[in-house]
Parts: sequence; C-alpha cells; structure tokens
Amino acid sequence: MSTAVDAPGSNFRLGMLIYDTRYRSLTIQVVFLALLIAFFVWLVDNTIHNLSLKGKDFDFGFLFVRAGYDINQTLVEYTNDSTHGRALVVGLLNTLFLAFLCCVLATIIGLIAGVLRLSKNWIVSRLMAIYIETVRNVPVVLWIVLVNAIMSISMPEPKEFRGENPSASMILFDSVAVTNRGVYLPEPLFEHGMGSLQLGYFSVSLNLLAILAVIIGSVWGYRRIQASATKVQHVTGVRPVTWWKSVLIITVPIVALKFALGFHLGYPELKGFNFNGGLQARNSLIAMWIALSVYSATYIAENVRAGVMAISRGQTEAALALGLRSGLALRLVVLPQALRLIVPPLISQYLSITKNTSLAIAVGYMDLRSTLGGITMNQTGREMESMLLLMGIYLTISLIISALMNVYNKSIALKER
Amino acid sequence: MADTAFVRDKMLAPQKAPSSEVGALRWMRENLFSGPLNTILTLAALYFVYVIVATIGPWLSRSVWNASTLQECRAIVEASFGEGKKGACFAVINERWQQIIFGFYPRDLYWRPTLTMVLMLVALGPVLFTWVPRKLLWFSFAFPAVAFWLLWGGTVWLPVAILLAFGVAYAAYRVLTPVNGLLGIVAAIIAPILYWLYLCAPLANVLETALPFGLRTLQSHEFGGFLLSSVIGVSGIAFSLPLGILLALGRQSDLFVVKTTCVAFIEGFRGVPLITLLFVASLLLNYFLPPGTEFDVILRVIIMVTIFSAAYMAEVVRGGLAALPRGQYEAADALGLDYWQAQRLIIMPQALKVSIPGIVGNFIGLFKDTTLVSFISLQDPLQLVASIRANQEWNGIYWELFIFVGLLFFAFCFPMSRYSMYLERKLKTDHR
Amino acid sequence: MKKSVLFGTMAAAAVVAGAAGAGTLEDVIARGELNCGSNAGLAGFSAPDANGVYQGFDVAFCRAIAAAVLGDPMKVKVIPLSSETRFTALAAGEVDMLARTSTWTYSRDNDLKLDFVGVNYYDGQGFMVKKSLGVSSAKELDGATVCIQTGTTTELNLADYFKSNGMTYEPVPLKDNAEAEQQYTAGACDVYTTDASGLAATRATFADASEHVLLPEIISKEPLALVVRHGDNQWADIVKWTFNALLTAEELGITSTNVDEMAAAPGVNPEINRLLGTEGELGAMMGLSKDWAVKAIKAGGNYGEIFEANIGASTSIGLARGLNALWTQGGLQYSPPFR
Repeated sequence: MSTAVDAPGSNFRLGMLIYDTRYRSLTIQVVFLALLIAFFVWLVDNTIHNLSLKGKDFDFGFLFVRAGYDINQTLVEYTNDSTHGRALVVGLLNTLFLAFLCCVLATIIGLIAGVLRLSKNWIVSRLMAIYIETVRNVPVVLWIVLVNAIMSISMPEPKEFRGENPSASMILFDSVAVTNRGVYLPEPLFEHGMGSLQLGYFSVSLNLLAILAVIIGSVWGYRRIQASATKVQHVTGVRPVTWWKSVLIITVPIVALKFALGFHLGYPELKGFNFNGGLQARNSLIAMWIALSVYSATYIAENVRAGVMAISRGQTEAALALGLRSGLALRLVVLPQALRLIVPPLISQYLSITKNTSLAIAVGYMDLRSTLGGITMNQTGREMESMLLLMGIYLTISLIISALMNVYNKSIALKER
Repeated sequence: MADTAFVRDKMLAPQKAPSSEVGALRWMRENLFSGPLNTILTLAALYFVYVIVATIGPWLSRSVWNASTLQECRAIVEASFGEGKKGACFAVINERWQQIIFGFYPRDLYWRPTLTMVLMLVALGPVLFTWVPRKLLWFSFAFPAVAFWLLWGGTVWLPVAILLAFGVAYAAYRVLTPVNGLLGIVAAIIAPILYWLYLCAPLANVLETALPFGLRTLQSHEFGGFLLSSVIGVSGIAFSLPLGILLALGRQSDLFVVKTTCVAFIEGFRGVPLITLLFVASLLLNYFLPPGTEFDVILRVIIMVTIFSAAYMAEVVRGGLAALPRGQYEAADALGLDYWQAQRLIIMPQALKVSIPGIVGNFIGLFKDTTLVSFISLQDPLQLVASIRANQEWNGIYWELFIFVGLLFFAFCFPMSRYSMYLERKLKTDHR
Repeated sequence: MKKSVLFGTMAAAAVVAGAAGAGTLEDVIARGELNCGSNAGLAGFSAPDANGVYQGFDVAFCRAIAAAVLGDPMKVKVIPLSSETRFTALAAGEVDMLARTSTWTYSRDNDLKLDFVGVNYYDGQGFMVKKSLGVSSAKELDGATVCIQTGTTTELNLADYFKSNGMTYEPVPLKDNAEAEQQYTAGACDVYTTDASGLAATRATFADASEHVLLPEIISKEPLALVVRHGDNQWADIVKWTFNALLTAEELGITSTNVDEMAAAPGVNPEINRLLGTEGELGAMMGLSKDWAVKAIKAGGNYGEIFEANIGASTSIGLARGLNALWTQGGLQYSPPFR
C-alpha cells in the first residue's frame, strides 16, 4: 500500500553493502572478522614456522616427566620424583593459598585504616593518611623486598635459640618460634587418625573432612534450635530458653571428635640446623603476605572511606528518628548502602591481589610462576607451552573472580523504575 | 542605701577562658583524648611513632655522605660516633645516583634526557591544565617524535619523515574526499601506511645526505634506571590511549563481532599479571613475528605494556562514556552528525575530560609496575641496585639504595596522585 | 632473509641490525660492535664499574673476540642477562655469543639448539657455609636450609646430591646472586650453593671473607663455556679459535707485553709464527685479518693473564688455577694445535 522502502533482494547492488544501513553493519563485521582471522592465521603460521626453524615442537608431554627439583612449601604431597604437572598443581595451590591469605588480611587492615582515616583523632587520622600515601606511591615490589629483608636481617637465627642462655626464645608458652627463616607454629596432629582418601591426583585428609562435617553439622543443629525457638516465640509469645542446648550442640560433638582422633598439638623443636615439627610459615610467604596486604589495604582503605563518606548524614539521622538503635541503624541502613559502593572495588582489589602474587619471584616464594613459569620452563626449555599454560590459568582464575563480582553486582543493583 | 541588694553597676573585664578550654589543651582534649577509645588510639599512635623514630632516627642521623667503599663508610661512622655504632651510608648514593637515574646513558649526554623531561612537561601542559594556551597542543602532538630523536639520537630527518605521514594522510583525505567520502577515509588510512613502508626510510636518507644533521646514536641497552622506567611508562600510556579509546568504543558498539573481540581483548589482558606479559615480550614475541624479524627488547616491552595498559585504559574511557548523559548522544544524532563526527565533536571531548583522573591513576600504576622489567633483566632502578651491590666496594649495602629508589618513586607518584585528586574535585563541582 | 617491520613512529627503535642474517660475522662487522651476553653482576666475572663499563673474566673473552673481529676490544656491547633469559636471548639473536658462566650440558647443546665452543672455566658446584656453623663436610648438611639461584643446573644437582646421600634439605630459591648473597649473610640459610667459582667470587666481596669456608665436596661437573647459536659454523669457529689462541699463547709464552715484539718479525718457533700471522694465512681461513690473534692477545693478555687479572690468586676473588691450569701443568686447559 504505502511506498515501501526498497525491498531487499529485488534489485540488490554491490554499493548497497556500504551505503545501505541494513547491510553496512554486516559488511563491516564480515570485513573485520576476515581481518581478524587473517591476523591470527598469520600469527600461528609464524609461530609454527619459527618453532620448526628451531627444531622445536608444541607438546605438553613434558608435564608428565619427572620434575627433579624440590619445592619448599607443598600443600599436597610432592617430591622431586613427582612430575612437572604435579609441580604445577603445587605452585597453583601455593598461589591460591597466598592470594587467600592476602585478601583476608588486606580487607582487615583496609577496613581499619579506612575507618581510622575518618577518625576525629587528629594524630591517628594523620598517621593513617601518611601510611596510605607513602605505601601506595611506592612500587609494591620494593615493599616485598623490604619486608623480606627486615624478616631475614632483624629476626634471630635458629641457632640463637640454642644453648643454656639463648639470646632468643620462643613466644606464647614456647609454642611459636619467630626466626629469620620464618615463623614456626604448632601443628595439629592426630594419634589415631583416619588416613586419607586418594582422589586420583589429590589425597584428602579424612581427619579434616571429619572435622568439617562435624562443624557443619553443629552449625546446622544450632540453626535448627534457633528456628524452632523462634517458631515457639511466634506462637506463644515467649522465647524458650535454649542457650544450654546451643552450647551442647556446638561443643560436645567437636570435643568427642577430638578425643576420638587423639588430637594434640605438635610443637616446633630445635633439631640440627632448624626447627623441626610444627608448621613453618617461610620468610618468603610472610614477606609476600604482609607486603601485599599492607599495599593493597591502602586501596581498600580509600574505597572504604569513599563508601562511608558517600552515605549522607541524613540517612543515619533518619534511621535514628525511626527509633532504631545506633547499632541497628548502622546494620540496616548505613552498611547496606555503603557496601554497595565498597564491595565492587573490593573485589577488583582481590583480583589484582591474585595477579600480584606473581611477584613472588622477588623473594622466591614457590608460586605458580616459579614452578611452571620458572624452574619447569627453564629445565625443559618449553617456554611457549609453559607461558601459554601459565597465562591460561591466571586468566581462568581472574574470570572466575570477575564472574562472582558480576553476580554480586547484579544482586545489589538499584532496582530503578 | 545599705538595704538594696548588690547590684553590679559596671562591666567586669572579660576573663580568660579556663586553661582546659583554650589553645593546645582544648584542642588536645577534643581531638586526642575525647574518650577512652580515642585515648588508647592516641597513645598507641604515639608509641608507634616513637618506635619508628627510635629505630631509624639514630641510624639516619649518623649518615655518611663521602666515602668510596662500605668498609670506609663504616669506619667513618665508628670513628665519629664510637665503637659498634651503626649509621647510614649514603655515600653510595652520592657516588652512583646518576647511574640509578640515567642507567648507562653516556655521562656527557645527560642533557638529552633532561631536556626531554622538560619538554615533556611543556607538552603535558595543555593536556593537564586549562590555562595553558591551546596552540601548544600541536607541540604535544609532535612531542613523541621529538623525544624519540632526543633520547635515541640519529638523524633528525627520520622522525621528521615519520611525522610527515600525517601530512600525507591529510592530503590524501583532502584530495580524495570530493571524489568519494569513503574513499577519502580509506586513503587517509592506507596512504600513511604505504608511505611508512616504502617511502619513509629512503626519504629520510635523501634528506640526511642533502642536509646532514643529527645527534649521536644511542642503543637501547644504554638506557636504564629511572630514564628507562619513564620511557616505558610514558610511551606505554601515550600509545595505549588511542588504542584504549578504540577498544572502549568497540565494547559499546552494536556490532556483535566487534564487540565480542573487544571484550575478549580487554578481559583477556586484564586477567593476566603484567609479569607474564613481560615474559612473553622477552621470550615469546619473536616467535609470533615472521622469521628473521628482530626487535629491540625495550621496544618489545613497550609493545606488551601498551597492550596491557590499553585494556585498562579502555575501562577508564568506558567509565567516562558511561558518565555522559544519554541526551548528549541523542543531541548529536539530532544534529545529523554521523558516528565519527559525533564521537569527535561531542562525546569524546567530554568523556575524556571526565576520564583524566582515571588515566593519571593508570599512569601511576603503570609507572610503578615498570619495576617489574627487572625480572627480565632490563636495567631498571631495582636491577641497578642489584648490580651496584655486586660490586666489591658496595657489597652488603641494602637499605640506603632501596630508600633512595623508593623516595624517587614517591617523588614522582605522589604529586601525580595529588593532581588526579585535585582534578576529580574540580570535575565534581562542574557537574553539580 | 631479513624483513623489516615498521610499527609507526617506534619503527626506528627496531632498527637493530638483524643478527639472524646470513652470517653473524657479517652482522657484527656491519654493526661495528659485538653483542655479548653476560652476567648483570658477579664480581670478577662480569660487573659494571662506576662508569658503567663491564669488567671481568667473562667480559675479557668478549673483548678478545671483539678485538680479533673488529680490531678494538672496546667495541663490545655487554648485555646483562638473567639465568632465566640467557639462552632465549641468544637463540633470538639478541646477542651474538654468551660468556655468562653457562654450563655445557647434553640437553642444552641438543634440545636448546646451542653450540658450546670453548670451556673457559672448569667448575663444579660447591657449598659455602659460615665457619661458626662448625661444618666441615657437605655430608653433615642433613636438614640444612640451602640458598640456590633458581633457573640454573644447581637446582637439579642439589636435589640429586641430597637424595643420593639420604639427606633432607630446605631449598630457598632466589632470583639472582645479589639476593642469594643477602639471604645467606643474614643467616636466612645455612648454606649457599652455586658454582665454586661463583662462591669464591661472592665470598671475596664479603668484609669478613675469612669467616666463610667452601666445603671440600664438589658435587657436579660444571664446564662453563662460551656459547653461540647452532647453525653458524664460521662464527662458532671464530669464537672457538680465538679462545684457543689465548690458550696457545699462554702455552707458548706469548703475553700482552711481548706480543708486539714477537709479531714484528718471524721467530724461530713456527707455531708462534703461524699464530701471530707472520707465517701462513690462518686468519683468512676464518675470514679474519692476518693479525687477528695478535689483537686478541693484546686485548687482555693470554688466558693465564686474563685469569690472574680478574679472578686469580692475586685478586680478592683469589681462585687457584686448579683444573684450569694448562695441560702442561696438570690442568685441563688444552688447545688443539695451530696448524
């Protein structure tokens, strides 16, 4: 009926690919895609050519060959007879372990520093400002190296613990030794433990599983008791006394398990060159942990400050006017709003902490980069495979963290109408 | 007369406020000891400051600035402050500071990097501050070529010939646009590339033989220290800006393929640590290029750093774009501007202005991260510290060198972060 | 074939002569400079002085080769390389040769496609401990904390040694000598292990050198060699025979002081005459000038002189010739004849 726009296909001309808006975007995309594919083909072709020129191939078989080197911190079993693949797993776990420790400590320091920075106490807020500005304006590598140096230079050597009149002594009832090789802590031991479960590549300690199961069970039981008490309260108006039930359900199973497993602490003891027994947190771990946490905490502190300052005073006053106690006002009104501002940058800080753990190279902490991207790469001469694998693993970790961030952001997004 | 009650008939002279309500005392009471918690915090803070001063103070106060070896340094400290006393030995800084700043750059040519630095400040003026004349932007535009020539030396005609490409592009655009608009744009892109590939080098040669003028050529390995950090940091940011803008636009685009590629690029490079990219630069980049291609390692590092920071830059620019009200886009459409015109005239000027604090923040981050190049044995300040310590004269020295390097970084980064905060505040008021 | 790649304004920075061209010799001559990969800082072997000029035992060989090829021992660009990047840098053509305390092993020679052309130092992995530790043999190190440089052969040797002796240890991997030294002096590890020469060099830089001892055990063979890429035989020959010329010079008593005199006119010993170019055309066979060996010897003296000047008994490093004495004096350094 109406004079329709030119019907597609009826009188198609080549020029329409560019001038007709219906086709133009398609044209651009096809051209772009073609260029992109050509670029990748060029890269891959060059790589194959270069590899063959050097007589190398592209093969991940080296992961199943005996590694031959030792790793000092192993969260899963590893000896120098294990494969390079297993060394990779050890390194990955060390990376994740360090990242986790740093995230926790950085959050704590960051929260405290951020709140203190807002404090009315002049000297404290000044001090925090100085801390934040100095630490974040100097490269983190420098801090890592410095903390490591402080640890190794100013802490006592193990041999100073020896003799009749040692110049250094253990702290906390002789259970913790702080030396310049790291901190030795008591370790949990089980007299009649249940061994471990072999799950292909990993072995999982059954003791640990049992403890976890008991704790989860206790918490669940506690929740049930509280829920039923609330139910009774809703019906009768009187809340039944439950505290003794709660105490029982939390303590009894874990104490029973402790005796069943024969749990006791193994204390570090000076034998030969070093302390033996106990858990050792090595210098490199401590240096990375403290330096990275203190550094990242400055960013978190600034986020916290910005988040709290962004919530107007009126919100608190309004909550108080509604009759909420100040604790409740903080919990129900201020925090939910401040968290919306604090958490997203917090998670991206976690992301950068995880990536920054790769600086472990500065102090020789055996993380993923040092095992796969360091010793393995050097001993096998497989730089291409190792680096691609290394980047792939880091990318996967990052994508998982940012996926979690997106889920959170969606859940707290303001529902705008 | 005695029956009347006491009546005050003259004003009392105003009394001084009680000593607890004025001056330092009141200030202290209100600011430092207003409650138990505050008092504890104050005492803890004071103790902390005391510990720091008591540990570092004496060591710093016994510093030695003139000595040729660490042993000599220690002997001087013991001689002047008594047996067993320890003191800082800043003599090493006195002897080697030039190496930490300029690396192995020839001593008689130190004026070149210094001049480059000054020119850079001039070039940054119109970008960072509104009161600087706009005309200077032309200089900012030409600055990379000038800096390149000053730092690396060689004939002056090479950078001139390279810059000429922009003239070529403009000419091609002007000549061909009347024929066909699209052809003009395509020609403006292809002409300079062809020019660079085939005409640039011969032209520079011809000009050089006709009118020889140049500086002593230097090799990249002579760069080191802060000079190297600055070169990598500044060129990384400068080159990543255009790339980042394109990526940000691509990410907002409606074209599925373009958008996906940009997202993959941005997330991919943000997801890996910089240090792995530096390893790629030093170990793998040559594999990806045609056999026989050779790049200077510093150039390879700059390429990887540029790509890395472009991914972050894209996110900053995207933030700037998102901050623009929808109406700006609609207004541009209503004026009948096409996509690129709208970007160039309406969107980008505003979005970039909002993004400057983020860009400065990125730069600070990148500048600090340049210390990572020491892990692929480029001579950055940290690596130089290691080689100074490998010398017999200075073996065993530690804190002094790191303090010096740390202070230098602080001196660069702190003003920049202050500037970015100042800008943020300024921009905030603009928008209210 | 050399392709030129131009990337915008940075193009010119890429103009570093293509070393992957037909011949390394041509490239070096065209460039007018020898790119020599070495250590960023190892006292006595390679470390920059206050003027940023690299000096040391390894660097001296770079200078001799530069002198032989280009006629000027100072036409060397010493490129500091980490142990992790050295072989890749050589393979990628960033350097023409390595004189960087690199151990000659089977897999490096074959798998990494390198050529080890001359062992300039016969070394072995040793241990250094503080005297106060009271240890006199490596067999007593059970349970010790050991500092190692990561990315070297020492890591694997160490694991093998402790395993075969039924001992345990705690490795502290560190990225370079400076870091390892700092940890060792601070007492964060009991033992520092690396090549015995490196240990001696490190010990020499200590203010209290006499408080540290090297244990008698040498747990591996570490022939530290000059390295070039696979595939360019002419260049490999030049490096190999310049090194041999320095050895032969010592054997024949040619030093940096008397070389000019001996090269002025043919003498009675025909081998000296052949080496110094007063008889025959040995230099031309490699594409070098007649007096190439004279220039090489003049650069830093013969092998013995280089050794003594940089790491010998009279220096603070104080290494004995030991295995590195000439074969005529009970050592392993032996040059094939110049004939």
